[in-house]
Amino acid sequence: MSKFETVIGLEVHAELSTNSKIFCGCPTEFGAPPNTHTCPICLGHPGVLPVPNRQAIEYAMKAALALNCEISQETKFDRKNYFYPDLPKAYQISQFDQPIGKNGWIDIEVNGETKRIRINRLHLEEDAGKLTHSEFGGGTLIDYNRVGVPLVEIVSEADIRSAEEAKAYLEKLKSIIQYTGVSDVKMEQGSLRCDANVSIRPYGQEEFGTKTELKNMNSFRGVQTAIEYEVKRQEEVITGGGTIIQATMRWDEANRKTVVMRTKEEAHDYRYFPDPDLVRLQISDEWLEAVKASIPELPEARQARYVNEYGLSVYDAGVITMAKETADFFDAAVNTGADAKTVANWLTSDLFGYLNANNLELHEVKLTPEGLGEMVKLIEKGTISTKIAKTVFKEMLDTGDAPAKIVEEKGLVQISDVGEIKRIVEEVVAANPQSVEDYKAGKERAIGYLVGQVMKQTKGKANPGMVNELLVEVLGSL
Amino acid sequence: MSAITRTEVEHVAKLARLKLTEEEAERYTKDLNAILEFAKKLDELDTSNVEPTSHATDVKNVMREDVNRASLPREEALRNSPEHEEGQLKVPAVFE
Repeated sequence: MSKFETVIGLEVHAELSTNSKIFCGCPTEFGAPPNTHTCPICLGHPGVLPVPNRQAIEYAMKAALALNCEISQETKFDRKNYFYPDLPKAYQISQFDQPIGKNGWIDIEVNGETKRIRINRLHLEEDAGKLTHSEFGGGTLIDYNRVGVPLVEIVSEADIRSAEEAKAYLEKLKSIIQYTGVSDVKMEQGSLRCDANVSIRPYGQEEFGTKTELKNMNSFRGVQTAIEYEVKRQEEVITGGGTIIQATMRWDEANRKTVVMRTKEEAHDYRYFPDPDLVRLQISDEWLEAVKASIPELPEARQARYVNEYGLSVYDAGVITMAKETADFFDAAVNTGADAKTVANWLTSDLFGYLNANNLELHEVKLTPEGLGEMVKLIEKGTISTKIAKTVFKEMLDTGDAPAKIVEEKGLVQISDVGEIKRIVEEVVAANPQSVEDYKAGKERAIGYLVGQVMKQTKGKANPGMVNELLVEVLGSL
Repeated sequence: MSAITRTEVEHVAKLARLKLTEEEAERYTKDLNAILEFAKKLDELDTSNVEPTSHATDVKNVMREDVNRASLPREEALRNSPEHEEGQLKVPAVFE
């Protein structure tokens, strides 16, 4: 057990899914050829006037409300001044002392316990350009397509106490934002990014230790691993009698370590001031109420609904509602009239198992929610057994065909005809006198072998309940 | 307002990635102080009954709808930059 307590605060940036940039009409779409989405406004040419995108402001309000923030009635944009080639204007339009949202929180679950993480603020700002090394060496290349894409920056309080909590916080934050629909929150495409402020202190000490800021983590797992590494590094420095130097560090994924980017002496002095080109914003109660009304059911509410309406376990409901895509899939499957609990079981065990094993996302398989619902109904009606359903399910994942079609084409209809099963049972009994003798001698498990033989004869299609019943009956009459 | 010191001029120059000669640093210290001195004239106004504001205008909530407008052709966008490579602007290396 470590003598040190870990203290973490996270800064998360999420790109907003608007059509146009925050202050001009250029498209925000990801993956366009470099420097084809720019104009005099986002390039910061002299004399141009930025005008804020109403949708970006409403998206920021929506995200802030979903994260339980208070919305500022009076807000404005400020210039954050720094000279770096990722910004052509030499300043970033951001928000300094009047962020759109403040004093929010989200609840996370770690080791079966609920913990509240406070959110200090959520503000709106413009994204910067993308810098890459020149392949021919000797320079840095700049793509300004991303400049001016609207971002919200969400700053947590230093309430997070472990790398695991940090990951849980990120997952929850991503889930909530995804439900609001204001961002597609894809870490691998950079529409969700996370920096972590990490420090340690001896247990019982009130005062925070010196922190380092970690950047360049490209996945949730990366965030967790980077924090774990950095905590261990800080512990070793302090235990070895050294002191932590305040610094910005880059997570080097390939070598799995943190590397110093810059120390405090080189830290920025941003000289924020109100942007005179952008007039103040006043958020009226009416406007606020309208945005509030546009917030859809959020993951926690949906989880509670699944527990109350369908009797799902809190755990299963949590797993299904984590990603909106999965919850929508579940709803659509249940809407076919299939039993919700059975659908949930297929989702959490068979489907998730398949997705994890093959490293796939839900939208990458051909299975449709309607197909899953219909399949569950076929089981309920006794048309197919649960065992046969596994075969049907596998087929649906690959082809997306309707279960009825698969069942018919593959001749998978369950045999529930008493006469037919009884005939096969009698055949099997006649062919296996040794097992019959064992059974009669009290070896109950001999019946398992006989059941297996019947299933083999029927290629797994016999109704297993009926096979059992009829076997006991036939054996009893001997 | 206190006078601008030579150290402040050097600090701001560093933030702006400007390399000043001895003479320039000296001259900017003097010039900036002269500008502040001139602006001090505003201190003569009695503002005790004026609410502080971040903007000189009372106009609020000027916004645009979320619609796309044509971007510049790439050649146009890159025209002011002295060096490019594969459609990207090229600047001196900023990474280590």
